[in-house]
Amino acid sequence: MIRNLRFRKRTSVSISRRILTPIIFVLLAFVFCGFLLAAVGSDPFAVYARMMKTVCSYSGLTRSIEAGIPLMLTGLAVSFGYRMNLNNIGADGQYALGSLFCIGFALYGPVMPAPLKILCMFLVSMLGGALAALIAAFPKAKWGVNETILTMMLNYIFLYVMDFLMYGPWKERNQMVAQTRAIREKYWLPDLGDSGINSVLLIVIAIAILLYFFHTRTTWGYEMEVIRQSPRAAQYAGMSVAKATLLVLCASGAIAGLAGFAQVAGIIHRVQANLPNGAGYTGIVIAFLAGLNPIVVLLVGFLFGALQISAVAVQLIGVPSQVAAMIQGTIMLFVVAGEFFNRYELVGRKK
Amino acid sequence: MKKEIDPVLQMRHITKTFGSVTANRDVDLSVYPGEIHALLGENGAGKSTLMNILTGIYRPDGGEIWYKGQKRDIHSPKDAVALGIGMVHQHFRLIPTLTVAENVYLYSGKKSFFLNRDKMEKEIRECSEQYNLQVAPEAYVWQLSVGEQQRVEIIKLLNQGAEVLILDEPSAVLTPQEAQSMFDTLRKMADSGKAVIVISHKMNEVMKNADRITVLKNGRVEDTMPASEADVERLTRGIVGVRTLPEHDKEQPSPEEPAQAGQQPSPEEPAQAGQQPSPEEPAQAGQQISPEEPAQGAQQTSTAMEEEKKHMCGEEIFFMEGVSAQNDRGLPALKKISLSVRAGEIFGIAGVAGNGQRELSEVIAGLRPVTEGRVLLAGKDLSKATVKQHILEGIAFIPEDRLQTGLVPELTFTENIILKSYETDRYSRRGILQKQNMRSDAEEYAGRFDIRHGGLDLPVGLMSGGNQQKLLFAREVSGDPRLITATYPVRGLDIGAAESIRGILREQSRKGAAVIFISEELEEIFAMCDRVGVLCDGELMGIRTIGETDFQEIGRMMSGEREETK
Repeated sequence: MIRNLRFRKRTSVSISRRILTPIIFVLLAFVFCGFLLAAVGSDPFAVYARMMKTVCSYSGLTRSIEAGIPLMLTGLAVSFGYRMNLNNIGADGQYALGSLFCIGFALYGPVMPAPLKILCMFLVSMLGGALAALIAAFPKAKWGVNETILTMMLNYIFLYVMDFLMYGPWKERNQMVAQTRAIREKYWLPDLGDSGINSVLLIVIAIAILLYFFHTRTTWGYEMEVIRQSPRAAQYAGMSVAKATLLVLCASGAIAGLAGFAQVAGIIHRVQANLPNGAGYTGIVIAFLAGLNPIVVLLVGFLFGALQISAVAVQLIGVPSQVAAMIQGTIMLFVVAGEFFNRYELVGRKK
Repeated sequence: MKKEIDPVLQMRHITKTFGSVTANRDVDLSVYPGEIHALLGENGAGKSTLMNILTGIYRPDGGEIWYKGQKRDIHSPKDAVALGIGMVHQHFRLIPTLTVAENVYLYSGKKSFFLNRDKMEKEIRECSEQYNLQVAPEAYVWQLSVGEQQRVEIIKLLNQGAEVLILDEPSAVLTPQEAQSMFDTLRKMADSGKAVIVISHKMNEVMKNADRITVLKNGRVEDTMPASEADVERLTRGIVGVRTLPEHDKEQPSPEEPAQAGQQPSPEEPAQAGQQPSPEEPAQAGQQISPEEPAQGAQQTSTAMEEEKKHMCGEEIFFMEGVSAQNDRGLPALKKISLSVRAGEIFGIAGVAGNGQRELSEVIAGLRPVTEGRVLLAGKDLSKATVKQHILEGIAFIPEDRLQTGLVPELTFTENIILKSYETDRYSRRGILQKQNMRSDAEEYAGRFDIRHGGLDLPVGLMSGGNQQKLLFAREVSGDPRLITATYPVRGLDIGAAESIRGILREQSRKGAAVIFISEELEEIFAMCDRVGVLCDGELMGIRTIGETDFQEIGRMMSGEREETK
């Protein structure tokens, strides 16, 4: 009888269950999207086959990585904030400001030797992201103002600043497209041999490993974990929650800002209007799916990159490219729903 | 005259257990229309459980509820409301963004599709005039003070047609003036034929305002009486238990703690005492063993001798001078507290919970700002110091809420032991956690303090309460603190764990730490402490030496009677 069934909280979750559950629910999400595709008149099998074919080529692989790199960085940024229960919804805007700082320095900054210039570009893009986050972090730390709303609303501001510069003073001359001119080739980060993969990927991987190490092995990571789990215990232990809030949100913004550096120094070598293209929001999904684990964020970021380029490919057979956004959203919903089964199990009532 | 009326409500032989804990055992309670009936008892005595059974939140395991002469099964709060039983919980259940009228209407059961605001507000106005419950029906709840919110809760019940109103510690959140006006209102309601049940642990308030008093202790009815027959002595006996003066076993190895006692054979005590004979002490000690108390017998004399040793074994190290502080709501919670504690002394703080104990302990740990006065440890002024400075000065703190404040339940055993010292060289080298040191220390603590754990890498939230507390103590005493503040350290623990916790405190005091021991259990304070200070309503009513006082005196002080010093 249904009345005799109830959900009970699991006391422990096995590793295999923890890995298998999200995979199963991702597959279910694709099945569900298949029905949606069929409903709008496409053949879901043809669409999925086309997507698979696109991704499973070498150029598909490199383009997936390329599309995935900014997503990995925003995913890392968001999960870093969540590691202290801070909802950084503003990775989009931080990415935008980071890219503007980076391109501004690259195009209009002082001339210097290439390695130094690239290092400075790296630093100013972090600075840009951190400043964008600081505007939300300071009121949060000082007065407890809700950072979710602040970071989200700031996105619009930075995206409009970006539009202003792209359509206005920084627009490349004699071009129809709202974008800056490209930076000089000597400031480009090289590709890894002939692979067609840019070396900025190594920087992203290094950051993920550093963050992983930070969370598991350092006293700051420990402090973040205590604050996340029990702010009262943190206070009792003499930790400054306000200071940590300020630093963590700014660091989260800095990581998001690096997505701008990755684009300017590594991938497209310029800035275009609406460059973030929702990467900050996708980063939230990625952070969640990856369970806030920085290493897993890389993997999920790559998969979402693949999803995006394959969605562009299916446009050729007449499917709107928004299908990527649809699948992303569906995956998110399904995996969150699946998480429920990791936490609870269905059992018969005892009495 | 009341006896001629039938009780509106009878609870018969109510029993309720949660796991192995019996919250109510064979409880009988009769409530008559027109009376204010007080339920008195300590925290955990079963008052709230009993009322939650009455309002349908819990189902009793055994027993019957009779309402207006009929046996009733109350399955849900809805059933209780339908019968006319309503409760004002300690934490109000109001929706801040709605107005008073909307909040009341939400629960009234008289729902129609269209809102008739004027009618709603008129009804509330009538109700508030009738019972003198002043509140503006069109005001938003978030704009109201706590006292006003409480009035809204009461109006809500009246509007539902409640005949039996239950209020859970209604005066806890109020100023004394507000509390008095609330009780006047309750009296009006009783006069109009309703029955009012008030849960409380304040004796004075209950004696003054109730008609009858039922005292619960350990889930049983200990005593029940008309308020006119109640006095502090009888109530204290009911709340605290039978009045036998316990052995003063602070220095005597008791049979329950053979291990601890074995390590510390008593012969070392006189030696320690002998080491520090300060000139002014013998005189004071002499007073205590003076022949004025021979009637108390041999045991008392030995107690006095312990006292003598104790008083010789340390200097006053911790001082509070006229310290005031506020509670979370910004009301005065501590009023000019002055006390001093000696190294090696166990100083008890007695008092009914909620009279400033939490605030006092937090002030000592540096977690709550001092608004007035000074706090000194070994001559150093700490009244403006940060929590971290307090920790570095060697102030250990066992908070009331051990699992959420003292420990982080989601973190592991190993991670919890470094909570306060994660920045020291032992656990951190250039910001990198020293996992080997953490692990070996965790193993050492587990062995030394006999902490049972399912694994050092499991969350401590999974450990039993006793072991959590032992872990907390292990960490707090690990740096040989100079001052330990322990807030209700054995509350909710089984006998074995409680005894090891007391053992740890005694051992620390022998090692020369000053201990401030906050407890509601007078037996425990008399057994553990050298001196006791009594808190009532944020004031220190007085300080007594154990062995020169008794339960009656402390009980009177707990209820707010100020004793002139001898």
